[in-house]
Amino acid sequence: MIKSSFLRALMVAAGLLAAFVAATPANAVVEININKGNVEPLPIAITDFLQGELGQKISDVVAADLKRSGLFKPIDKGAFIEKISNPDAAPRFEDWKVINAQALVTGRVTQEADGRLKAEFRLWDTFAGSQMTGQQFFTQPENWRRVAHIIADAIYERVTGEKGYFDTRVVYVAESGPKTARKRQLAMMDQDGANARALTNSNDLVLTPRFSPNRQEVTYMSFENNQPRVYLLQLETGQREVVGNFPGMTFSPRFSPDGQRVIMSLQQEGNANIYTMDLRSRTTTRLTSTAAIDTAPSYSPDGSQIAFESDRGGRQQIYVMGADGSGQRRISFGDGSYSTPVWSPRGDLIAFTKQSGGKFSIGVMKTDGSGERILTTGFHNEGPTWAPNGRVLMFFRQNAGAGGPQLYSIDLTGYNEQAVPTQGFASDPAWSPRLE
Amino acid sequence: MSRIDTPAAGRMQTIARNPVMIALVMTLAIAGCSTKKNIPGSAGELGLGGAGAATPGSQQDFTVNVGDRIFFDTDSTSVRADAQQTLDRQAQWLAKYPNYAVTVEGHADERGTREYNLALGARRAASTKEYLISRGVPANRLKTISYGKEKPVAVCDDISCWSQNRRAVTVLGGAGM
Repeated sequence: MIKSSFLRALMVAAGLLAAFVAATPANAVVEININKGNVEPLPIAITDFLQGELGQKISDVVAADLKRSGLFKPIDKGAFIEKISNPDAAPRFEDWKVINAQALVTGRVTQEADGRLKAEFRLWDTFAGSQMTGQQFFTQPENWRRVAHIIADAIYERVTGEKGYFDTRVVYVAESGPKTARKRQLAMMDQDGANARALTNSNDLVLTPRFSPNRQEVTYMSFENNQPRVYLLQLETGQREVVGNFPGMTFSPRFSPDGQRVIMSLQQEGNANIYTMDLRSRTTTRLTSTAAIDTAPSYSPDGSQIAFESDRGGRQQIYVMGADGSGQRRISFGDGSYSTPVWSPRGDLIAFTKQSGGKFSIGVMKTDGSGERILTTGFHNEGPTWAPNGRVLMFFRQNAGAGGPQLYSIDLTGYNEQAVPTQGFASDPAWSPRLE
Repeated sequence: MSRIDTPAAGRMQTIARNPVMIALVMTLAIAGCSTKKNIPGSAGELGLGGAGAATPGSQQDFTVNVGDRIFFDTDSTSVRADAQQTLDRQAQWLAKYPNYAVTVEGHADERGTREYNLALGARRAASTKEYLISRGVPANRLKTISYGKEKPVAVCDDISCWSQNRRAVTVLGGAGM
């Protein structure tokens, strides 16, 4: 589980390593403008951390993270000229410039007397001949992958100016078996597909897991006892509870940004309306009141507004309202129908699923509905979720003729689509927030 | 639930692959290749009656001789004329066997998003329930549940399957809300 004690230890121990070379000159070349769309990936040399197998494994995970982002191009280790023997010393920049490595990562992993792992790295600007950043972390040896992701985040942030998203997890629905008798379980994995594990193990149908802001809880829908309802799962203890006592099916849950409320739909006869439940006082508030299907609510990151989908005007469209249900207004007006709106963690965009002409697309629009951009389209793409830096989306895709759905990620720019590896079929991904 | 745009050229195919035709063919195939008395659920899965030797008043009797399911048009939750006939038979049967409570399961096809399809399935179950009530089935014998698009019975990537999955199934007993 996400041990807050681990994180605290990690953060307290994290310190900047003194720069060896003079401060970065103003003409540093290592910089990626992430807003440009299809950027040329930055050639970067990521050397094996000293010493031994673990050091190599950490640098491999760092390289894989950066490569998957589409913004970096790790250089083949076989091309390296200098063999780093002292990662604290300035490298021979000429040797790295020759192989066109614009950035260089060196590092070391050592075991402390108390058994903890100490991981340190330095990021060098080879053309400027300077250190860009250097940090060290202490952790338990079994957390080595997280340390690698944190290092990758630090490099990403230093070069792009944006927060990284590698030290994050994804909850999703793991699917197995034939379509007519599909078994579904909640599962969680690191964002790169590693450390996947099941969170539930029953034959009950489970759907739409979503992280709480502190990553300690997941809200989801389960058909336990044939009573389809929204549940809350404590990740550390495995404790489960029904959210609220509603007279009908509750579904499509999501947390408020402060983690104090769960917002969801309640089905009564033919209509679905949106409710919130305060998790402390257990009071419920009804936010919509239509003879329609109002569902898939998602808060703006400041908690002041809610995007949702409704077919009150005929087909499904995206609407926005105040957090108290006031000022409900339609924002999607394109050709087709729109569903599963998800507010960007940066607050500037809403991602959605669009159905048009027999195709399913993932797209984004501004929060007033303008500026629609389709990122990917095909037989069936559904259910976007944002990386916590608001730069990458994950979603699930089912190709025609395929046995089941799979997870994919794509940049906000529409470039760099990547399959996310999972053991079997997978759907309903929800990206975790970053731990600050 | 999406709109299925059937291209003009595809229309013939659509008609030829009418679900009732497919179901008939499959029923014959099943009958032809089996010498066993009952194939539990098989006929019921297809939602069509066939001459069964089912005990009157049994689950088998209901699924085979009455018809346990109705189908819906894309994005629609209204009970079609052909479905009304099935539900009329269900209501008569339930009047004859008053000890049964039933659950109406609402389903959607896969051409829609998950959350919306849960609500759409619930709406189909609700309109089916309302129709049964209008035909004299007491409301307190009827429960509903929606499985959205999560439990298809027909698996392929075209309308011949989707039209079979847009359904409401009346289950004797069952456990809804």
